[in-house]
Order: sequence, then C-alpha cells, then structure tokens
Amino acid sequence: MSNLKYALYTGCTARESTPELLSSTMAVAKKLGIELVLLDEASCCGASHLQDFDEFLSLVLNARNICYAEKLGLDMVTICNTCQLNSAMTKERLDSDPELKAKVNEKLAEVGLEYQGTSRVRHFQYVLIEDYGLENIRERVEVPLSHFNIAPFYGCHNIRPSELHHEVNGNENPYNPTSLDNLIEALEGNSVDYESKNKCCGFHVDLQAPETSNALSGGALVDAIDNNADLMVTPCPLCQLNMDLKQDSAGKQLGREIELPVLHLPQMIALALGCSAEEIGLKYNVTKATELIS
Amino acid sequence: MSKTKKITIKAFRFNAETDYLPYYKKYEMEIGKDELILDLLNRIKWEHDGSFSYRRSCRHGICGACGIKVNGKATLACKQNAMELVELFGDELIFEPQSQKRAVKDMIIDKGDFWEKHAAVKPFVETEIDPHPTSETIMSKEQVENFLDADYCIQCGSCHYACPVIEVNEEYLGPAAFAAAYRFTVDPRDEAGKERLETTAELGSGVWDCVKCYECAEACPKDVNPIEKITKLHNMQFEQGVAKRNVATKHAEGFVRSIKKFGYLDEQDIVLYSEGLGVVKHLSEALKMIKAGKVHPFDIMKTKMPKSKNLDEIKKLIEISQKNKL
Repeated sequence: MSNLKYALYTGCTARESTPELLSSTMAVAKKLGIELVLLDEASCCGASHLQDFDEFLSLVLNARNICYAEKLGLDMVTICNTCQLNSAMTKERLDSDPELKAKVNEKLAEVGLEYQGTSRVRHFQYVLIEDYGLENIRERVEVPLSHFNIAPFYGCHNIRPSELHHEVNGNENPYNPTSLDNLIEALEGNSVDYESKNKCCGFHVDLQAPETSNALSGGALVDAIDNNADLMVTPCPLCQLNMDLKQDSAGKQLGREIELPVLHLPQMIALALGCSAEEIGLKYNVTKATELIS
Repeated sequence: MSKTKKITIKAFRFNAETDYLPYYKKYEMEIGKDELILDLLNRIKWEHDGSFSYRRSCRHGICGACGIKVNGKATLACKQNAMELVELFGDELIFEPQSQKRAVKDMIIDKGDFWEKHAAVKPFVETEIDPHPTSETIMSKEQVENFLDADYCIQCGSCHYACPVIEVNEEYLGPAAFAAAYRFTVDPRDEAGKERLETTAELGSGVWDCVKCYECAEACPKDVNPIEKITKLHNMQFEQGVAKRNVATKHAEGFVRSIKKFGYLDEQDIVLYSEGLGVVKHLSEALKMIKAGKVHPFDIMKTKMPKSKNLDEIKKLIEISQKNKL
C-alpha cells in the first residue's frame, strides 16, 4: 500500500468520552502505514441535533469543516457515523444546489474560506475496506480473532439514507449490510448473524426518551447475546456509548441481565493487528473486555 | 443473465380468527424480469392457494393499499420490480406484513393506529372558505415547491411501520403524520399551522422523539423523505416561537452554546444544561463514566476540553449565520 493519506475529522466524542476511539484509530493507521492528518480546525458537526435548532447554521459549520480537508487536497475521513452523515449530507446539499452553496459561501467568505466540493467524505470503515483492501488486512493479522463470535452493529448513519451513502460505502444494502461481517471474517473472527445488526440504538433520544433508547439498545444487545455473541463491534462511537454504558438500565427495563463488551471498530482491528490493550484504550470501555485479550 | 429466474417465496401466513401463531409457507416459482411483487402476490393466490390474503387496488402506486415488507424492506408491491429484490437479497424472498403484531390475515394488517395518528395532525387545509369567491387562490411556484414532495404521500404506511419508535412508544405520531403536518402547515391557504406545530412539539408524541434512524426515508416509495420534513418542523417550532423550553429543545439549542466556547460539544455541559435538576437520573451512568476515566467531573476550569483551532472563525460564523432562538 503506497501513500494512503487522509484528513481525519475526529468529531467530539473521540476527543472526549471515547478517547479509546482516537487512540485505536491512530494505532490501526500506524500499523497499516496509513497517514492521517488531524483536522484540528474542525468544529462539532451538530450531531444531528444542531440542525433541528438551526439548519442553516449546521450547514455552514459542516461546510467549514470540509473546507479544511479541501485545503489539504485530501479526502475527509470520519470515525463516527453521525459525523459522516452530517458532513456527507451537507456536501450533497451544497453540491446539488448552487444557490444554497452560494449562500453558505457568502458566510464562509467572511472568515476567508470557500467550500468547493473537491474532497470526498468517507468513513474510516469503508476507507479500510476499499482503499487498503480486505485481503491486505487479512495478511497483516497477527492475533486472529478466531475464538470470538463477534456481532457487527452497523449504526444507522453509515447505511441510511442509502442514496446519500452508496458511493462511499461500497453500495451497502441497508437491509442486509455485509461489510462489517466481511471485515470480521478477514480478522478470522466469527461474525454473528442477527436481525438487529442494521437497527437503531436509540442514542439520539436518550435524554428526552430514555425508555425508547433503552428498548432499542437493549433489544439489539439481547438479540446479539441470544445469537451467541461474545462481543459486539460498531463503527459509531454514539452507538458504542449507548450500548456499552447503558446495559444495566436497558437490562432492567427489559427484565434481562445484559452483559456484552462493545468495541469500537478500530479497537477490534487493532487487537487483531497485534496492538496492546493499552494502545487501544481498553480501560475506557465500561463493560470490560479485558478477558478477551488475555 | 437469463430472463427468468427460479426463486422461493417464504410467505408469512396467519389468520387472526383461527390461528394461535403465524407460520411461513414456501412457494417456488419461475419469475420474469418484468414481474412486480404484486404479480407474485397474485400468483401465490391464483396458482397456489386461493386463501392467501393481501390488499391491492390501483396497481399504479397511487392508492397505497399494497404495502408489505420483503426481506424486511418496506415495499409497495405494485411499484417494486421483483428481480431487483432478488438481486438485492438472493433467490429467497420473504413476504411479511408491514407490522406482524397488527396482522389480521396474511399480508393484511389493522392500520387503525396509522389513520388515527394521521388524522391527529389535521391533514387537510383548514381555512375560512368564501362561498362566492371572485378569483382563484393563486400560489407561486416556490410556495408549491415547498410542499410538493410531501404532497406525494399516499398513506401507504411504509414509513410508519418501518419506524422503530412506533414499535416501542404508542404515543408517537410517526413519520407519515409528521410529513402531513409539514405539508399542510406550509400551505399558504392554511390557517392551522400553529396548532400543528404545537401538536408536533409535544414530548412523547411529537418530533422530538424521532431517533433519526432514517428508516422512514429509506422506506418511502414516493420519495417523501419524512425525516427531512421532521427537521423542518423542528426548525419551524423555533422560527414561529412555538418551541417550549424543555430537555429536548435545550439539547438542540445547547450545541450552539458549546460550539461557541470550544468548537466542540461539551458533552458534560450539554447534559447538565438540557436536564437541569433532572440530571440526577444520569447519576449511575455518570459514575460508570467517571470510573472508566471517560469524564472529568472536577475539571471546573475545563482544561481537559479540546478546543478547535481558529475558534474565532467558528464564533464569527455562528454570529452571522444563526437564525433561530429558543
């Protein structure tokens, strides 16, 4: 693999409550020789909430983030499904609506920036699969995950709306996604087939409707457990937080004991590539997965 | 590629009057490249089992009667080419009703909850009508385009029964009702907009309970894109001063407060700010996060908070771009 280089948009979570996402992403990139340039100028994407308050402001801020990737002449790579959605949706709207683009650029001009539309916005998961290649990843595996049944949890905002994402997610079928399953198999793990793998975790209503959030996250966790999962893996830190942190309250609501370690996708890959528990920040996972690396 | 293909259809069978539990029955058939899912439903009934039941009427994607699920995908049977789904899912197609718990007979469901919720948003133009008008009510092209795509809704229920919130929260009005609420609220002839915005602003039943899964956008056979209309309703609640200060509205508005200060979202502050005293209910989760080293409750000076480079740009952009207030 020569010269894979991207602008990394970390989003907020990877710099705050899931530092393990950032450290494991950097560990994977280092192992595979992928260069990630941090977009330190970027702001929050609004996490699909800011747009409910002020849609135009959300477009301006997301466009600004993409501007900085464009300045570097690099594709923007995200490590959070919701960052991916908000950035990609902004890009799609501006690229398809010259009038809107002009309105946003009028604001950006005030701070000396211009959105052009030259950088693609892609999630790290699909960059690894499409640019680095599953076969090449398979060759780099040092610690095969063959002892584990791993439940892939895709996260809504990488697969829906499919029309928005299809060019940057290998045309994933939102009703039967397979890329994470294939990735797990490439690391020699056993991917768990279960109905909830493409469902919603409920994160976005966790404050105003915790019962909804618990029902959805708990339902998916129970489904994975009932299909013999030893752990769950997800490319989205918001899914990861909701599924990892709230197992007790979801379990209480569902009348089931729920205990299932939930890894970030780069944590799982890093483990298979031979990184240490420290490098992948395993201590930050709430439902402990420590026994898995012994 | 050959023009026909042999496939297996696994169909959900259930009769609420006689069956205790539903079951699946397999039908094998050779299908052609131009056949629709509706044709396959007809063939099950005509060639295999006359008791097989489903709704159909217009066959033109207009009446909204023939919505079912195929391999979990919301499908308007008369509009969907069967071979396309074979390409997507392989040669076993699973036919199920839109909502299994509402099944009456095979593909037929009791859609009562859908109609009730749809009616709750006044899905019609409400206005005083002059019985002797002297001229037409003229709408501009822009005014029509505002609601044209939402007007394509045929009430098929595809989005409603694809929505995961509908399954777990009985109060929730759902994406079809919200798309209708938007459609009539932006109609320049209508006078019930404020009432609809108030209805859809309620916590529990309104737009704030949307989980943003985009299942509705994916499910709609008419490209209504309900979640886009949900976002518009959210914004209109602020624009028209209908939004009340509550945990959900503060959560949305609170992002601006954080981004101004740090560029990033202050994850601790947004929970405190949105919840107010209600924050105590997050105590057990907060303790878990502290224990894992994820959050730093005593970092009063926010030294651990990341800060975007060129924060001044972000502040300025907020200053000149923000339109809404809570």
